[in-house]
Amino acid sequence: MDLFRQTAHSLIRLIQEKKSSPSEIIASLRQRIKAVDPSLHAYLSLDGELQAPESFPKGSFQGLPIGIKDNICVKGRLTTCCSKILEGFRSPYHATVVRRLLAQGVFPFGRTNMDEFAFGSSTETSCYGVTFNPWDRKRIPGGSSGGSAAAVAADEAIWALGSDTGGSIRQPASLCSVVGLKPTYGRVSRYGLVAFASSLDQIGPITKDVEDAALLLGVIAGRDEMDSTSADLPVPDYRKALKKEIRGIRLGVPKEHFEKGLDPEVEAIVRRGIDTLKQLGAEIKEVSLPHSPQAVAVYYIVAPAEASSNLARFDGVQYGYREEGEDLLSTYSLTRKRGFGKEAKRRIMLGTYALSSGYYDAYYLKALKVRTLIKQDFDRAFRNCDCLAGPVSPTAAFRLGEKLEDPLTMYLSDIYTIPANLAGIPAISIPCGFTRSGLPVGIQFLARPFAEETLFQVAYAFEQNTDFHERKPL
Amino acid sequence: MINLETVHYVAALARIRLEAEESKAFTAQLSKILSYFESLKQIPTDNIEPTSHAIPMQNVFRPDAPKGSLSQEEVLALAPKRRGGWIQVLRVIET
Amino acid sequence: MSDYEPVIGLEVHVELSTETKVFCGCPTRFGAEPNTQTCPVCLGFPGSLPVLNRKALEYGIKTALALHGTISPLIKFDRKNYFYPDLPKNYQISQYDLPLGRGGYIMVEGDTGKKKIRIHRVHLEEDTGKLIHPEASPTSLLDFNRSGIPLLEIVSEPDIRTPDEAHAYATALKANLEYLDVSDCNMEQGSLRCDTNVSVRKKGQETFGTKVEIKNLNSFRAVKLSVQYEIDRQIRQLEAGGKLVQETRLWDPAKNATFPMRSKEYAHDYRYFPEPDLVPFVLSKGEIEALRETIPELPEERMERFVKGYQLPPYDAKVLTSEKALSDYFEASVRLFSNPKQVANWVIGPVLEHAKTPEGIASFAVPPERLVELLRFLESGKITQLAAKQVLEEMVRTKEPAAAVIQRENLSQIQDTGTLEHLIQEAIRENPKTVADYHQGKENAMMYLIGQVMKKTKGSANPKKVNVLLKEKLEEAKP
Ligand SMILES: [Mg+2]
Ligand SMILES: [Zn+2]
Repeated sequence: MDLFRQTAHSLIRLIQEKKSSPSEIIASLRQRIKAVDPSLHAYLSLDGELQAPESFPKGSFQGLPIGIKDNICVKGRLTTCCSKILEGFRSPYHATVVRRLLAQGVFPFGRTNMDEFAFGSSTETSCYGVTFNPWDRKRIPGGSSGGSAAAVAADEAIWALGSDTGGSIRQPASLCSVVGLKPTYGRVSRYGLVAFASSLDQIGPITKDVEDAALLLGVIAGRDEMDSTSADLPVPDYRKALKKEIRGIRLGVPKEHFEKGLDPEVEAIVRRGIDTLKQLGAEIKEVSLPHSPQAVAVYYIVAPAEASSNLARFDGVQYGYREEGEDLLSTYSLTRKRGFGKEAKRRIMLGTYALSSGYYDAYYLKALKVRTLIKQDFDRAFRNCDCLAGPVSPTAAFRLGEKLEDPLTMYLSDIYTIPANLAGIPAISIPCGFTRSGLPVGIQFLARPFAEETLFQVAYAFEQNTDFHERKPL
Repeated sequence: MINLETVHYVAALARIRLEAEESKAFTAQLSKILSYFESLKQIPTDNIEPTSHAIPMQNVFRPDAPKGSLSQEEVLALAPKRRGGWIQVLRVIET
Repeated sequence: MSDYEPVIGLEVHVELSTETKVFCGCPTRFGAEPNTQTCPVCLGFPGSLPVLNRKALEYGIKTALALHGTISPLIKFDRKNYFYPDLPKNYQISQYDLPLGRGGYIMVEGDTGKKKIRIHRVHLEEDTGKLIHPEASPTSLLDFNRSGIPLLEIVSEPDIRTPDEAHAYATALKANLEYLDVSDCNMEQGSLRCDTNVSVRKKGQETFGTKVEIKNLNSFRAVKLSVQYEIDRQIRQLEAGGKLVQETRLWDPAKNATFPMRSKEYAHDYRYFPEPDLVPFVLSKGEIEALRETIPELPEERMERFVKGYQLPPYDAKVLTSEKALSDYFEASVRLFSNPKQVANWVIGPVLEHAKTPEGIASFAVPPERLVELLRFLESGKITQLAAKQVLEEMVRTKEPAAAVIQRENLSQIQDTGTLEHLIQEAIRENPKTVADYHQGKENAMMYLIGQVMKKTKGSANPKKVNVLLKEKLEEAKP
């Protein structure tokens, strides 16, 4: 049996039954990484030597390794967000999620590649180079958590953490055929997640199946005194939700998520997925989210605005990369010129403009108001539905470089994932099928705030009745 | 939509030095993106409150109780330049 | 000159004396080694997040209430974006459109009696780190210990009209903050900082003139002098047909003048927007009233009480209440010695004279109990007024109680007539010329001889008794 192929929940069972051990699992993963990562480049580095897994605290996960996106702080380890400007930055503290993982015996094993500061949908803007889609190396893995998704898809990681600001967990999960969950805003602490857009960011699991996503969310979720926006709500045992029947569940299908721009092949696959749920007893309803076509515009005002402020701290003064100029001002502008990549600069410029004197009301304030309307659309939809279903991404994985020079087209590929971030609601992407050319397509489920259990219930039922998640690229 | 002069102003605010061709490229790209945003103007938003936090919460405090700080060495080890116990930068020109 | 009316407003930043910083658990102690009281939050490290210190907000609200302000029903924080090396995140968490407090006033002693200076707003923000500029070095050095200390900004309305009023406002505000015990208000250590806005306009004119902001005012004296300088400068400029520019100027205490600050490269475009990392704060009426309950007696009320309760002249009461520690000292003394006027004279006079250190009365070597012991010796006639002052001086120097000093220095009042007569005879013998002057009717001669006798007793004789006895002896010696 190839240990690296296993899910976390099955490995835990093997460890408990003394049929395997963390060191065997790590050895198996190392071999796998050696074999496939040179052609995928999902990892930036491996942290495995940190500490022997057996010496980790004896939590329920007993030394199971996990891949960590490069924007989540691990004490003493490089945390660069794949940006030159954070060159050499070793975080002096652990992110709360990392603390929680360690407390349960799950340890950071490797750092995964990402778009610089999570700005992108293709993992092409990393200063360390692109990650390739394991299903087709000429294509992108999605982004920004492309390294995490590709690593899990190619069985180079048992599971991984990603972050999702506008789809950065769900879109690569969909394009790589793995499970990716963006929790409700406030469900998981953001402390130690290098901020992109503070009002949208959430850390979430990227896993091989739904059960692992439920397990992992259970470890990382919960109130954190270090994050003012983390919700003070009990964390349920998410696994209990898995086996619940979905008969009678009201599943809304937002018509705006099936309009122009959606690839017909992707649409057919997603509709087939919805049919599967219908056959399992779900009650299908068409719903409308009338403002969701505005989501991309709202998002690309709000997110860059917050980002422009969040990224102002990278100036070469206290840490990271510094390019000394003739005076302090030129040191700032040279450091930021050389330290940031093209897309980062573009978003900083866009956000700075949207907040600048004279434009605030027309852009930022207007966007926040339309954001209210988008949220109200969901409130209305959830009055009659328990869950919504639709596509994750308008197309399957696109070719490397295809959209890199056309930012607007790139931005539009987030159209179905962005609304969940704007409304703060949870959403999951799970494997739903493959195109004729063999590229994976995911289906997205969305639920009310803090109703992750509903997502797990529906996703698990779907997974149990399909076998897309069992197909492997390599 | 956005002209070269504004791009220069914004770049100055954001402390990013741009080369001439970068400024030109940004002017074109940002113009295209901003014109896409125009559609928002058609959405009536009178009497609509802005949403800065999607999940409403309030009154999250911490008590006035000390927590550990970092050591001086931990802080200075990360600095590109240091001098004694301080972080060093080029002189701030003022006065 | 008199055609113009100055319009002055003050912006006061005061560090709140919480134990920890406003958004993290680092200590706020002054004077630590550089960069030893910092953490990822107050250093603005990637991934860190702020969480509001409840006490900082409570201090802010208490202050706004004490200044008769209104508390905002919804309190939120905003980011003020600008690049500066002492600002770790290159944005400051501050409050923009919903400050915690609005309105209010302070009563100050103006040129023409009491005057109400209105408060515009009170808001809470984080302090920056500290930049130092070593002499003759092309570099600046950064210490982030101060970064994140809670800072309350109190902005007045432009109600101030004279340099003296500006001084009076600053003094009154400081006294209020001290009574509230929300800040140590130590200007030397920078826990209270003042900026002023000064403009002038033609008398009777409704609109404001061009406003100039003055920074770098590290004492209230500097506030007054700089405002005076700036008023004069602006009027001179206008009289000469010149124009004023809206600018920031720095006060140079060595040259007693303001100088334009080298203008920053870019116009101020702070790009304020709501801080997404903090949630809004809504205080119930009950919570606000509970905070109001914690407001202690404030300087003005205390002054009135001193006038009414202790029958003190308003001037005495004003001086005594100008500093909380001083008025506490006075009250502690009066509790032990029920002659308020006598205590007031001593506290305002000799005590204040001796307590003129940077730490002031708080670290004064003679505690109220000891001062009262001294006053009792004086009252009982054991020592003279003159000797008492000497005793206090010694008490300050040696930290001994009054009794010990009196005994050691042999200062108790000489009541014994025999001793006095002996000393008077001595003085008459030693000063035959002055005695002759006296007999020729020169009144000064008497004063001189009394002085000579007092000197021989080290001031410990009863001057009245000396006077009587001396007169007797001189009459006896009349040729
Ligand atoms: Mg301020
Ligand atoms: Zn701190």
